[in-house]
Amino acid sequence: MSLREDPLNIIVTGVGGQGNILASLIIASTAVQDGVSVSVGETYGASQRGGAVMSHIRLFEKRQYGPLIPEGKAHIILGFEPVECLRTIGGFGNQGTKVIVNPRPIYSVDVLSGEAKYPSIDEVLNAIKELADNVYVVQAVKLALEAEDAILQNIVMIGCLIGSEFTPLKNETARGVIKEIFLSKSERYLAAFELGAKEIKKTKPL
Amino acid sequence: MSNISIDEPRKKLLLMGNEAIARGALEAGVNFCTGYPGNPASEILGTLAKVAEKFEMYVEWSVNEIVALEAAGAATAAGLRALTAMKNLGANVCADFLMTVNLSGTKGGFVLVTGDDPLAHSTTTELDTRNYARLADIPLLEPATIQEAKDMTRYAFELSEELGLLCMLRTVTRLSHSRGVVTLGPIPSKKRLAEFSSQDLWTSGSSSITCMLHSVLHEKMKNVQTKFEESEFNQYVGKQDAEFLIVTSGTGWLYSLEAINLLRLQDDVGILKLGTTWPLPEKLLASYLKYTREVLFVEEIDPFLEQNVKMTAAELQAEGIGPIKFYGQKSNHVRGEFGAGTGEINVNTVVKALMEIRKIEYLPRRSEYSEKVQKIISSYTPPRSMSFCAGCPHRASFWGIKKAIKWYGQDVIVTGDIGCYSLGLLPTGFSVEKTLHCMGAGLGTANGFGNLKKFGLDKPVIAVSGDSTFYHACIPALINAKWNQANILYVVLDNNTTAMTGHQPHPGSGVNALGSPSPRISIEDICKSIGLEVRVQDPFDLEYAVQNIYQMLQTEGIKVLIFRHDCPLTEAQRREKKPVIYVDQDKCIGEKCGCVRFCNRVFKCPGITWDYTKGKAKIDELICTGCRLCADLCPEGAIKVEETV
Repeated sequence: MSLREDPLNIIVTGVGGQGNILASLIIASTAVQDGVSVSVGETYGASQRGGAVMSHIRLFEKRQYGPLIPEGKAHIILGFEPVECLRTIGGFGNQGTKVIVNPRPIYSVDVLSGEAKYPSIDEVLNAIKELADNVYVVQAVKLALEAEDAILQNIVMIGCLIGSEFTPLKNETARGVIKEIFLSKSERYLAAFELGAKEIKKTKPL
Repeated sequence: MSNISIDEPRKKLLLMGNEAIARGALEAGVNFCTGYPGNPASEILGTLAKVAEKFEMYVEWSVNEIVALEAAGAATAAGLRALTAMKNLGANVCADFLMTVNLSGTKGGFVLVTGDDPLAHSTTTELDTRNYARLADIPLLEPATIQEAKDMTRYAFELSEELGLLCMLRTVTRLSHSRGVVTLGPIPSKKRLAEFSSQDLWTSGSSSITCMLHSVLHEKMKNVQTKFEESEFNQYVGKQDAEFLIVTSGTGWLYSLEAINLLRLQDDVGILKLGTTWPLPEKLLASYLKYTREVLFVEEIDPFLEQNVKMTAAELQAEGIGPIKFYGQKSNHVRGEFGAGTGEINVNTVVKALMEIRKIEYLPRRSEYSEKVQKIISSYTPPRSMSFCAGCPHRASFWGIKKAIKWYGQDVIVTGDIGCYSLGLLPTGFSVEKTLHCMGAGLGTANGFGNLKKFGLDKPVIAVSGDSTFYHACIPALINAKWNQANILYVVLDNNTTAMTGHQPHPGSGVNALGSPSPRISIEDICKSIGLEVRVQDPFDLEYAVQNIYQMLQTEGIKVLIFRHDCPLTEAQRREKKPVIYVDQDKCIGEKCGCVRFCNRVFKCPGITWDYTKGKAKIDELICTGCRLCADLCPEGAIKVEETV
């Protein structure tokens, strides 16, 4: 396998409890099995749920890289939550960044308590579009419910990433990793993965 | 998740930094492992516990860090190989033993792993534990990559055993909680037997014996230094006679490499990465410093290399090396968001330092893009403050404390402690806690606040701690409070686990590190044995919870109230189905709620969200854990519970 960009910088961003770290582990394991080296940095602070969680995944072949992507150097952002996706592209995006985003909001306590305002989803998506090359909006929670559990939205999003072909990672390898991790339960995970992989192919960028 | 027990040398495996350290210990044939949970080091022992039976190891979660280090020390005195892992502040807890076992020495290899936390992601301090290696005069290794985390751990055992001296490995959050590809080595199959008889002596002595052992320690460290001069963990990149040198360790290595590539300085700047940072390899340093006119230090937290290398450079002046201009934290070139010596460093930190020193221009993004970012981000990204999980019993406990204090009608001082419930300082815990320091300091400081009556401070004191913290550090403070008659209501938030660090068991859990049944040590029995009044209450029975606090605030002396309810995250793992909570939107009166949208604005559970189209509350089914507390609290009775069997 050869990387068009070396390092290829991917960020998975969302909120605690969305399965962000498991998603980054699946993506990184897929890369390793496809023969690429990886470095993964995870930022989750205190372990309480509901805080912002971000994983940096760096794929490389020529030389080693640290776990943190420098400012403005993300090639791909996988956003599990719209505002977190926007916050991340603000720090790490550039005019060439590709974004796949799940538009379902998770309101922070600051928003719910009325101390801060959550913008409309259209405002958030337009703002992301302003800062990205291409933005693909995928209703990951709705698709996850088709695979019987909303919690599988992270697997749907991985399906989108692999199906998008923004990375050289192979569909079969990712499926193999999912089987290794979930063993006898892997059927519904694979179903969620395929829903994502198919959905992204018919999704037009904003 | 990674299977660290695979015995396939040369296989490449994706490992977390802490897993790599655990794997390194396995490759060194470790026999005895101890520790106390604390981020970012928690997963080291957790990983070893999972494979303990397979490799016939002994693995324990100890009650605290000093017991952990002492127990492991004994195993090494009996000839076994032992590892103890802890977070930064844990090094203080075990420091007494550390400052004596350096003299008494070891027979089997003995490795202390400390996890520092630059930016205090999950700690209350940015302590740099490398200073302990210098203080105790023991060898210090600092891995810079996940591969090194494994390889250095294995080497640390060999070095320790060869010298008969405890060896320290310092990791940081960004290494412990990162993942990378590691090439595995073999796992030895030879087993060891422990030996210690009445003929053996293991002591740091006293008077002349101590001084003699101290001198032996210095000799051992000279020997270590000779080995470190040749260590493969020290690497150099760049032309041999670079006039500009970066001296770095740990995470600074890969950041520095990437920074000089981004700035295209590869031909001008040399990078010396030190993996063995105490004692310093002075001859190796001299071999590069002799060409150098400028040195930039890149390291995380304290200027440890910066100060020690400067001392070496001062000695080298007599040999005609220098003068050298130094840059780093003291010159304020290497600084995080909050200034030099604080926060995390990253590629940008090194880039900025080099831009300032070498007066070069570099824009990570086009300036019009950066301007757009500034405009957009401030308008559309509301903050996301930390909050207790949905269904967290601490939310109920702090609500109860807040309510009882209101009933009491006077000011009450609430001292806090370390755990998830540290968030009692924040709005999610209704800002009830007013102090926060280290393990046990809630009850310790309450011993002071509760004894200030004669100085005119006559306020009731509530000290809060968790269950794991109770065993770790609160028992001496509890005895002190009884003995010296302090006035304290001590509230133990018992969720039956060490939740914050990943749900490790503790002495009250009834299981040990391996998950095997073990004696359950009761908090209430300990308190009663000291002669204290103890009450136990489920905080979700809010009315009784408030009444208990209110009543116990009326009496003098030290009293204990245990709020007991399992952590919802462990509860969820056991439960097949959760109760479905829903909002009857016909009953919810939205913004007209007399309690100003009590559920959102006051109670602030992230499981209760807002339906902006209808202007009513609704439950976020992805987040709600079904704890029912909001159903009890909604003033309109609009939140309902649908039982599922």
